[in-house]
Amino acid sequence: MLQSSRRLFLAGASALGLAIAATPALAQKGKYDEGASDTEIKIGNTNPYSGPASAYGVIGKSIDAYFKKINDDGGINGRKINFVTYDDGYSPPKTVEMVRKLVEQDKVLLLFQTLGTPPNTAIWQYMNDAKVPQLFVATGASKWGDPKGHPWTMGFQPDYRTEGIIYAKHILETVKDAKIAVLYQNDDYGKDYLGGFKEGLGKDANKIVKEEPYNVTDPTVDNQIIQLKNSGANVFFNIATPKFAAQAIKKAAELGWKPVQYVNNVSSSVGSVMKPAGIDNAQGIITALYLKDPTDPQWANSADMKEWKAFMAKYMPQGNLSDGSYVYGYAVAHLMEIVLKQCGNELTRANIMKQAANLKSVEIPLLLPGIKVNTSPTDFYPLQSVQLARIKGESYELFGKVLSNEAASN
Amino acid sequence: MATTTTTANGVTRKQTSRFGAGFSRNVWLLLIALALLPVVVALLPLVGGPAEVISSYTFLQLSLMIVYSIAVLGLNLLTGFNGQISLGHGAFFAAGAYVAAALVAHHHWPHMVTLPVVALFCFVLGYLFGLPALRLEGHYLALATFSLAIAVPQILKYRHLEGVTGGVQGLNLPKIVAPWGLPFTPDQWMYLLVLVVAVPIFWFTRNLLDSRTGRALMAIRDQPMAAATMGINISQYKAITFGLSAMITGIAGALHAGMFRFVAPDSYPLELSITFLVGMVVGGLASLPGAIFGGIFVQVIEKYADSIARSLSSTLHLPIDIEPWTIYGIALILLVYLMPTGIAGGIARLRRLMNNTGRRSGTS
Repeated sequence: MLQSSRRLFLAGASALGLAIAATPALAQKGKYDEGASDTEIKIGNTNPYSGPASAYGVIGKSIDAYFKKINDDGGINGRKINFVTYDDGYSPPKTVEMVRKLVEQDKVLLLFQTLGTPPNTAIWQYMNDAKVPQLFVATGASKWGDPKGHPWTMGFQPDYRTEGIIYAKHILETVKDAKIAVLYQNDDYGKDYLGGFKEGLGKDANKIVKEEPYNVTDPTVDNQIIQLKNSGANVFFNIATPKFAAQAIKKAAELGWKPVQYVNNVSSSVGSVMKPAGIDNAQGIITALYLKDPTDPQWANSADMKEWKAFMAKYMPQGNLSDGSYVYGYAVAHLMEIVLKQCGNELTRANIMKQAANLKSVEIPLLLPGIKVNTSPTDFYPLQSVQLARIKGESYELFGKVLSNEAASN
Repeated sequence: MATTTTTANGVTRKQTSRFGAGFSRNVWLLLIALALLPVVVALLPLVGGPAEVISSYTFLQLSLMIVYSIAVLGLNLLTGFNGQISLGHGAFFAAGAYVAAALVAHHHWPHMVTLPVVALFCFVLGYLFGLPALRLEGHYLALATFSLAIAVPQILKYRHLEGVTGGVQGLNLPKIVAPWGLPFTPDQWMYLLVLVVAVPIFWFTRNLLDSRTGRALMAIRDQPMAAATMGINISQYKAITFGLSAMITGIAGALHAGMFRFVAPDSYPLELSITFLVGMVVGGLASLPGAIFGGIFVQVIEKYADSIARSLSSTLHLPIDIEPWTIYGIALILLVYLMPTGIAGGIARLRRLMNNTGRRSGTS
């Protein structure tokens, strides 16, 4: 009854507003742009639910589930989240089309976690022309933190370049007479890592004795690994997505090649990389982490991991508990929640960007201890810290300090 | 328009050669009217009318339908009218897009000025590919073109071509805006441009098929041996048709690139070629209106499949997720089952049925 009379009132009020074409905010309690109201916040998203990158689609699904949980708990400042997510199949033109539908037809307040570097590149200029936030994009490319040129776009995860620099510095500090072999995926993701890695090596870039690219369409990377082994390298930097990273680790072990191994964060999962590669082959591999690995026993009893498992049991009972993408989706959706809470009753696009660029040492669940979100009007890289870790037994042993690289925010 | 002919062996059959004959003038007029309606709306601002009667997004959709219609037309010319199967027309689409994009991005050409170059490039590319493909027939040709579709995204990523193609990063293009301060939104302007390109292409194809050359193409499809006996140079005709087909699809690709202001290898996956093939079959083989229906189908089906899958999952509370591709597949099976000659053929059949029942009730 209360509900329906309220709706009637709202309908009447908006009709009145339309009729006299006056300022439409007579009965509202906040300041809104398109896509927000007293009762709802409309958020748009694209994810590859089909196509070659569909494994990442679970990120979209877990964000959706997280927002369902928020709505069940009463919403954000009393407003329910309406999460509209479309399949773009990882195809840039499809992304443009879907995003234009979201902005022009569905009239979302903002775009959140659109996935993939090529899809986000395709909509980058459009979003900034339309002045609609493109927040916390799901790609680690280093180009998203450009507040001057693209003030409506912001990244999320530590960018590949920074991570590459961190490995380079660690190698220079710890390995004597390093001769480095690199396997990398032949696309902007692989090249971003490689670029950062070389930047980190600086004048020692000639310590890279062999670089071997592979394409996502290759069946295996066996040939590349044989080439890399024959170069006589004693350090191996593995810039590959999970399937290929596992193949590479396994093949190196088969060949009896025992370099110091670094694997990129993209393929750090114990469950989907190290175990398939053979956990014995993976001993001692070094990577940089910022999220807790759900398959790592050392986090099993931490409060946030328990909470996440309860959430998974209730909202995504079919979800694979060893897939880190679910952790990622949960963590980033939590950050979105924080930003929207911080906006209070001023749900305008400008204020959302202002709040997103004003996160000071914010803690979100499932990040490693000590890693916090920091942004400012000149720093559009929310996460820039990682911690190095080494596989020991079936889990990671963190070592050293939390690292970040200032050079990456230029 | 439909003429009944009696062939040598005494079998009477409806001639369906010309651009889907049996297709009355009314349907053509309807299609033209439908295409022109948005033009009228787009022209409203010129006379001081409201600018956004049809939303920009709708204009994008309409432009896309036309672009896909052109692409399907190119394929239809080759497969429907000349009987050569291609599973790789996405490759020519990509080639057209990249030629236009490279000229715009590296040499700052206006987008529309690139179209003649695109046409020439794709014609030559198609012709050259058509030459060796002549030795292949049926399934083998289909496989050869299929490999082309697989190879193109890889070629675009090739290291030594990166200077031209932009590699995996692709190329960003400037926005196409109406010149001389004309009061069109970019989407309205794009729609007008696309239409202005599409109409002569369809007109050209229609006249081509209605000519001596067109009859030769269809003769090669139906009775290659008889065609050769009649003095038709089969290999020349086949290679030229391949060239023309690639040219038309390439122009569609160039327009598509202009619309999205971005090209990348990921934009032209294998599925694109299959999509064109599906559009052609669903629209109607060997039919010009069929190409238009095919283009509309390609653009519409995926959107609807997605939203239908979504609403089914949420209203029925099914224990499993319904994937959009399931809906797509069901729609495809139903269409092919109910209209084996495509939408164009289905409409023609429906009209015949209606005419027959009308006549019957008139005489009784």
